[in-house]
Amino acid sequence: MVIPNSLSLIDIPVGDSARVVNILTIGANRRRLLDLGLVPGSRVEVIRRSPAGNPTAYLIKGTLIALRNEDARQILVDTN
Amino acid sequence: MSTINKHGLLIIREIEPLLPGNVSNIKDRIVSGIYRQAEDISAQAVRTESSYQASLETKLDGILTSRWLGFPIMLFLLTLVLWITITGANYPSQLLASGLFWIEKQLLNLFVTSGAPSWLTGVLILGMYRSLAWVVSVMLPPMAIFFPLFTLLEDLGYLPRVAFNMDNLFRRAGAHGKQCLTMCMGFGCNAAGVTSCRIIDSPRERLIAILTNTFSICNGRFPTLISLATIFMGTLVARAFSSTLATLAVVAIIMMGILTTLLVSYLLSRTLLQGVPSFFVLELPPFRKPQLGQILIRSLLDRTLFVLWRAVVIAAPAGALTWILANSFVADTSIFALIAGWLDPLGQLMGMDGIILIAFLLGLPANEIFLPILIMGYLSAGSMLELDSLNALRTLLLDHGWTWITALCVMLFSLLHFPCGTTLYTIFKETRSARWTIMAALIPLALGILVTLIVNQGARIINCFSAGFSG
Amino acid sequence: MIKTASLPVHGQEATKNFVIALAGNPNVGKSTVFNRLTGLKQHTGNWPGKTVTRAEGTFFHRNRHYTLVDLPGTYSLHASSTDEQVARDFICFARPDLTLVVCDATCLERNLNLVLQILEITDRVVLCVNLMDEAKRKGFRVDIDMLTHKLGIPVVGTAARSGRGLSRLKNVLDDMVAGKIVTTPQQVVYDPELETSINEIAKRLTPYLPDWINSRWAALRLLERDYSVLDHITDNKNKNYSPRILKKEVALCLQ
Ligand SMILES: Nc1nc2c(ncn2[C@@H]2O[C@H](COP(=O)(O)OP(=O)(O)OP(=O)(O)O)[C@@H](O)[C@H]2O)c(=O)[nH]1
Ligand SMILES: [Mg+2]
Repeated sequence: MVIPNSLSLIDIPVGDSARVVNILTIGANRRRLLDLGLVPGSRVEVIRRSPAGNPTAYLIKGTLIALRNEDARQILVDTN
Repeated sequence: MSTINKHGLLIIREIEPLLPGNVSNIKDRIVSGIYRQAEDISAQAVRTESSYQASLETKLDGILTSRWLGFPIMLFLLTLVLWITITGANYPSQLLASGLFWIEKQLLNLFVTSGAPSWLTGVLILGMYRSLAWVVSVMLPPMAIFFPLFTLLEDLGYLPRVAFNMDNLFRRAGAHGKQCLTMCMGFGCNAAGVTSCRIIDSPRERLIAILTNTFSICNGRFPTLISLATIFMGTLVARAFSSTLATLAVVAIIMMGILTTLLVSYLLSRTLLQGVPSFFVLELPPFRKPQLGQILIRSLLDRTLFVLWRAVVIAAPAGALTWILANSFVADTSIFALIAGWLDPLGQLMGMDGIILIAFLLGLPANEIFLPILIMGYLSAGSMLELDSLNALRTLLLDHGWTWITALCVMLFSLLHFPCGTTLYTIFKETRSARWTIMAALIPLALGILVTLIVNQGARIINCFSAGFSG
Repeated sequence: MIKTASLPVHGQEATKNFVIALAGNPNVGKSTVFNRLTGLKQHTGNWPGKTVTRAEGTFFHRNRHYTLVDLPGTYSLHASSTDEQVARDFICFARPDLTLVVCDATCLERNLNLVLQILEITDRVVLCVNLMDEAKRKGFRVDIDMLTHKLGIPVVGTAARSGRGLSRLKNVLDDMVAGKIVTTPQQVVYDPELETSINEIAKRLTPYLPDWINSRWAALRLLERDYSVLDHITDNKNKNYSPRILKKEVALCLQ
């Protein structure tokens, strides 16, 4: 069940943070995201974008991790 | 499934009804469960005592990956590292060369006065010792400077930032952003670069990274490029700027290697290795203060001496073989000259000559020995007997009809030809496929022939025009 | 090692070679710890993925021989990549005498994710909380005693680059193999519904599993449809099943 008009991680501006609500990715890649600490409820801070705007670096559980925007789009978040 | 044994199958049958239906939900709940516990424990065990001001680190990271400065800084650092290497290596190289060739003279004297047969003197001194001396004096100084500088950047944590900056290009080429890291490893040694491709999970993208690793100029080829750039590009301008121009020439070749990597990756991912870009996760570790002493010792002892030793082990027999080929005669022509004669037409088309092509072929075991073999090939053709400095090398090459076009074509072909034997063997080990190993040799070779053909013919046409205008 | 008559040899103890697996997240200093313990010169570098080949080294401490195996760094053991598979299979099926998990003191939570997963597989674990110097610089204080207490395994804080804490680590490893330390590893408690399934499946699996495979862990793998663990299943009554016969029977089953 996907909440309509919910935000995804790439909608969050640099410098802001958000809470993971759901991950739409499936299969092994979903597992990889979860293993990085992107479990529902965890906080993610958007740190910076690379020169071309893609990928973007996020602070996830104390580590700076870069994800491509098309992968980050699959991560639904809310901002409170 | 075929690996599951009978009891396994029985168990699956017994347990299947117990398994809840939604697998992905279960996986999520398992990971969430573990993380909940991890969070709980770390909340109790870790206390934040003082609030840490990461401002400097954050700022540095922001600059190194910034929109406007990210790429210029990468280019600047690359140029700086090479400039320091070329400028710094120049003098020690000369010193080593004169020292080692002084020893050669003494050895020659010793052999002559003790009445050793001339073939023995030839094989041992003019073959083995001379190519060793060249390998050591040409390779040791640049490597002893390049490796520590590179390790410095690596220890600082700069490489992942480069991958972060470059990923967009690799994404568009249908490749993996970590390919950039494997290329960086390739600058040290392509065999190591190919092994490091294991950090890429997706088999398709890993193969792309393996096949294109040879476009990273390895340390066996740097010295050749540096020498040729210094000899031919460096002398085009005043002495004060010569190492700068030589540096720029080498940087240009490296940039071309990077562009070729991207282009070939793009073509491969649209033809032989089709597929969508896979998932990309890159950790950007904190900057760490490099341990200077450690870096110096490790990169000198482990890497420089290791690579040099490998070169020496191959250079000695290759030198002997070359001398024998150059001094065994079939009806007045040496075998070496015979082969060179066959290859010459092709070489001329590509802006080079037969002896240069032989040197590339005999350089298959290790790229390091290209220059010594080339020199020996020319020397045996009999124009001069002593060669003890880069200046003498310049004269030797000019005597054999080299122009800046020849130098350019050799530099390009050094970038674009088959990977060395060790690398090919590593590719075979990593891919377990003879087919891909052959492809790994054919792709750069075909490109190299094509590029040198075009450059040579293009340069000739320009030369013709300018000659026509002035005449 | 040269054995002389005057040297007291305690049965197998003295000649046994203890295998220690070195696991942990990428870039936490595993190779640095490895180099410190074995005196070898594995390449280290400040980026995740520096080590991709399995390195082995030996050391000798308090009259015992150890072989240390430097595994590739992974975030988890869920076998979603080759590296993870290699690490998991080694820890689980190669049955090292000990698993030494290295983790990063500056982001403990992420690292504990892996530690807890390893504790589900084996209780022969020592935790090395590395980069203590960096944590201190960044203003974190890691309470080693609290960790020991919470995890139920020995925990040692180190700064491998400067060598701090490593002699203590060696002693703890030695105490572990000597059986002087009894571990009571913390088990992850999942949500109640999941726990019911885990217990049910584990109960049924136990008779088939060799005793060195944790049935709770095996149940979890089956729950997420990862059947590779079943490769190691035997009938308890007939443990020495020959692979040839097995293959035949499997073929029959699959028909
Ligand atoms: N300040 C500090 N740095 C450390 C310490 N231990 C390791 N490092 C540095 O951390 C970086 C990573 O160390 P490695 O030993 O290569 O890490 P690894 O876990 O083997 O990494 P992978 O092989 O990529 O998984 C290197 O730059 C080390 O010099 C430590 O205790 N303190
Ligand atoms: Mg390592």
